[in-house]
Amino acid sequence: MQNKFTRNLFFIPYALWIALFVIAPLLLILYYSFFDIEGNFSLINYQKFFTPVYLKMTLSSFWYAFLITLISLLVAYPTAYLLTKTKHKQLWLLLIIVPSWINLLLKAYAFIGIFGTYGVANSFLEVIGIGTQQILFTDFSFIFVSVYIFIPFMILPIFNALDELNPALVYAAKDLGASSWVTFRRVIFPLTIDGVKSGCQVVFIPALSLFMLTRLIAGNRVITLGTAIEQHFLVTQDWGMGSTIAVFLVIIMFLIMLVTGKRKRGV
Amino acid sequence: MRENLSPGSKLLLVVIFLILYAPIFYLIFYSFNSGGNMTNFEGFTLDWYRELFHDTRLLIIVLNTLVIALLSALISTIIGVIGALVIRDLRSRQAKNTILSLNNVLIVSPDVIIGASFLILFTMAGIKLGFYSVLLSHIAFSIPIVVLMVLPKLQEMSPTLIDAARDLGASRFDVLRKVILPYITPGIFAGFFMALTYSLDDFAVTFFVTGNGFSTLSVEIYSLARQGISLNINALSALLFVFTLVLVIVYYFITQRNKPSGMGGKR
Repeated sequence: MQNKFTRNLFFIPYALWIALFVIAPLLLILYYSFFDIEGNFSLINYQKFFTPVYLKMTLSSFWYAFLITLISLLVAYPTAYLLTKTKHKQLWLLLIIVPSWINLLLKAYAFIGIFGTYGVANSFLEVIGIGTQQILFTDFSFIFVSVYIFIPFMILPIFNALDELNPALVYAAKDLGASSWVTFRRVIFPLTIDGVKSGCQVVFIPALSLFMLTRLIAGNRVITLGTAIEQHFLVTQDWGMGSTIAVFLVIIMFLIMLVTGKRKRGV
Repeated sequence: MRENLSPGSKLLLVVIFLILYAPIFYLIFYSFNSGGNMTNFEGFTLDWYRELFHDTRLLIIVLNTLVIALLSALISTIIGVIGALVIRDLRSRQAKNTILSLNNVLIVSPDVIIGASFLILFTMAGIKLGFYSVLLSHIAFSIPIVVLMVLPKLQEMSPTLIDAARDLGASRFDVLRKVILPYITPGIFAGFFMALTYSLDDFAVTFFVTGNGFSTLSVEIYSLARQGISLNINALSALLFVFTLVLVIVYYFITQRNKPSGMGGKR
């Protein structure tokens, strides 16, 4: 009896955390989404969400997140593959991860300098004869910097999946006459699809909700779901609308987790 | 699997590493620029570092950030370890999976959602925005990662170890203190360091729940970066880079030491 009591006592801090910081915030967001800006109960936020303005924003946010995820994947997969073939691969992997531990804001700040009108990127363009371009505050700079930031998170799970792959399978495929491309398409890729999925998951969801990059790098030209939420909460103080967008973002998040499935995680 | 890499592959890896590290070294390089901008390197100076160390406001912010990081990592490690112990003790698989999913909600949730929902939570609970709200949120989002770092260690531990200790007359508390905790120490350290880096890196959540009077480094860099370039930030980033490297090295050694899995491993 006494044992059970101490055990329950032991359980309290963690249970309290789940109740207060996991369940309550989600419920509060749902609750707030039913109030308009004056604090009256209404469904107006949901009506507003289904107007072209918000739907267009959601779509463009998806489009950017999709592009960012795709490009990250295209860069990360070969990199991860080559990394597994190096000597001291754990050390190289660590070196890939180190930049992801540098404060995000500092990296964004560095790109303000690099992509600025007089920055290195433009001096380079000048040298090769293209001439100075507006790079900062364009879609290109936004996608480039986002990919830059997410690449390590994409490489890590793919690296782990490739590392677990039994090389005998690859040899077998080659012995049986498969070309490198067929081996990759029929053996390596299907066997590492879990890594790819979790990589896409850890990139796509944050890419939907980035907000400081849109401000610093894209100069408010790109509006993601995250930017909209931040705008509603901190600028216009319309918490109801912000919560409504957040509700949809949470729903999207769960859908993506269902699709990319599995409890295996990368980061 | 160990073929030699072709020159093309090597080149690709080199390019990736260059791109990953270039912005960081770019920042650090210009922190020694006497010219005052990030485009023309005029001469070597340590003025920015000197200025940095005389900027009391910024130093207080650095101190705040460190205090928040250490406190939140410490508290979240304690609660996270408790959580991992609780999850391990659960008998039913279903309960275990439910708790684990709840545990992971904050890891997969976008920062904006966490920030917005915590903002609502603190406002409703009447907690003044500032030091405590930031500390509480950092503890909250660090707990799940600690659980995820500690749990595998707990699961790999053979139950016979505990049975043996109990047979030999150890009390429950003794078992915890002398058998379980020493065994999972590497996991606890890894969790602590992850919590530390989560806290140091966080921008979005802090941005939502920090009031007017309180600021952390990320938030400060954001507001400075929005105003444009100032080489103080470069100097700061150089120092932070060194600090991060030290953390990474410490973390690397902890995980390395952790590898030759000690006595009683179930494998």
